[in-house]
Amino acid sequence: MARTLWDSSVGKKTVMAVSGMIMLLYLVAHVIGNLKIFFGAGEFNHYAHWLRTVGEPFMHYEWTLWLVRIVLVVAVVAHATSAYQLSRRDIRARPSKYVHKKPRASYATRTMRWGGIILGLFIVWHILDLTTGTVHSGGFQEGHPYQNVVDTFSTWYGNVIYIVAMLALGLHIRHGFWSAAQTLGVGSRTRDRALKTVADILALLLTAGFVAVPVGVMTGVVS
Amino acid sequence: MKLTLRVWRQKNAGAEGAMSTYEVDDISPDMSFLEMLDVLNEQLILSGEEPVAFDHDCREGICGACSLVINGDAHGPERTTTCQLHMRSFRDGDTIDIEPWRASAFPVIKDLVVDRSAFDRIIQAGGYITAPTGAAPEAHATPVPKADADFAFEHAECIGCGACVAACPNGAAMLFTSAKVNHLNVLPQGAPERETRVLDMVTQMDAEGFGGCTLTGECATACPKGIPLVSITSMNKEWLRATRKAGKR
Ligand code: HEM
Ligand code: FES
Repeated sequence: MARTLWDSSVGKKTVMAVSGMIMLLYLVAHVIGNLKIFFGAGEFNHYAHWLRTVGEPFMHYEWTLWLVRIVLVVAVVAHATSAYQLSRRDIRARPSKYVHKKPRASYATRTMRWGGIILGLFIVWHILDLTTGTVHSGGFQEGHPYQNVVDTFSTWYGNVIYIVAMLALGLHIRHGFWSAAQTLGVGSRTRDRALKTVADILALLLTAGFVAVPVGVMTGVVS
Repeated sequence: MKLTLRVWRQKNAGAEGAMSTYEVDDISPDMSFLEMLDVLNEQLILSGEEPVAFDHDCREGICGACSLVINGDAHGPERTTTCQLHMRSFRDGDTIDIEPWRASAFPVIKDLVVDRSAFDRIIQAGGYITAPTGAAPEAHATPVPKADADFAFEHAECIGCGACVAACPNGAAMLFTSAKVNHLNVLPQGAPERETRVLDMVTQMDAEGFGGCTLTGECATACPKGIPLVSITSMNKEWLRATRKAGKR
């Protein structure tokens, strides 16, 4: 069954949809966590510490966190690999363009590939910036995420990178959420409006929620 | 009407093609698009040039033979087949671009004619039912719920012209394949092959080199028969169901 899934264009698209939904679920949790930054360093840092102790005493320190990280890495790799392979197939299937060109499809639909690449690069940058601190601008301090976040958004490029990526994310989710419903066969004529509305709301809330943090630092609300 | 036509000319499958420009005059707005091309071809023959090759058969919008991408739209600006498109949809003095269907699974044979036998092979893979042939069976012998009959009929309208593939930026045949799968899979007559049909037809579709669906909706917009985009959703559902069942066996 695994082979059938991976060998078929419809199956590979299913892998994209499922891995996309896993990442989407994670992002909803992530944005809720991020917004705690508006309630001060104490609450934010405490939340970050709690992430490492979730599931204790059943789980050891950081086990749950690592479990989530592993699931996410698998999802990102599966998503990016199937996106690459499906895109290659699509481009091969339509080698010659029409002489008479027409603007096609919505902006969110046309930017899935470029938007996806921006998101992929962003994920790498984001981890090197705020998880490992490798490319961090200030003196990165493990266990002090509040200060690290403030440092990142005190640089112009930090703000630009995050805000551009979050706009790309909004567009990606706008087309992606609705698409995943079609791929998984749960879309229908009667549900179409509702699915599109949920996609728009999710895209808007996630983008606004994530962008609020750099804007908060820039305006001095968070410092 | 006086028109300038820019037409894709290509000697054969192996030759390089290019757009050629022609002028036609005295076109009646009541002519169909194909009749307008007939006028062009008579003109070309009289001047000793090779006429433009294009596909057509019934000229009543039911056979699916006609094609043509007209000003970037499969079957032109109206939601109908090229044979049912009339010149009143254009204005006197217009320049019209006429190109063949573009997809690697539909190679150009000559001028505007492409090889659509990939569709035949998708049908051969499962677009049929196993039934004894002969006289038409008694209509009430196998009851079909009204909703299912309507669903089947909506999909049975597909004439296999390939406009969906031509319009899709990925050259995908998902709308065609889903129309055929849904048409038969919902009916009791199609039930024995319900799982193998969708699996085999999708496999054949991939093997022919069609692209995948990115849900741009271009196919459904171009379809002269109004096969809806959710058709693809229904096929995905059938495919996932069949894959799960095959996994259990
Ligand atoms: C590694 C970075 C990423 C890349 C390269 C990428 C690429 C793509 C591409 C090219 C598509 C369209 C594929 C198609 O229409 O055939 C797509 C769809 C999708 N993406 Fe992403 N993406 C990335 C990150 C994300 C993230 C972070 C999310 C989380 C919300 C996400 C959620 C989705 C969803 C739900 C779909 C729809 C799947 C479907 O059409 O069934 N993607 N992605
Ligand atoms: S010629 Fe038969 S559908 Fe157009």
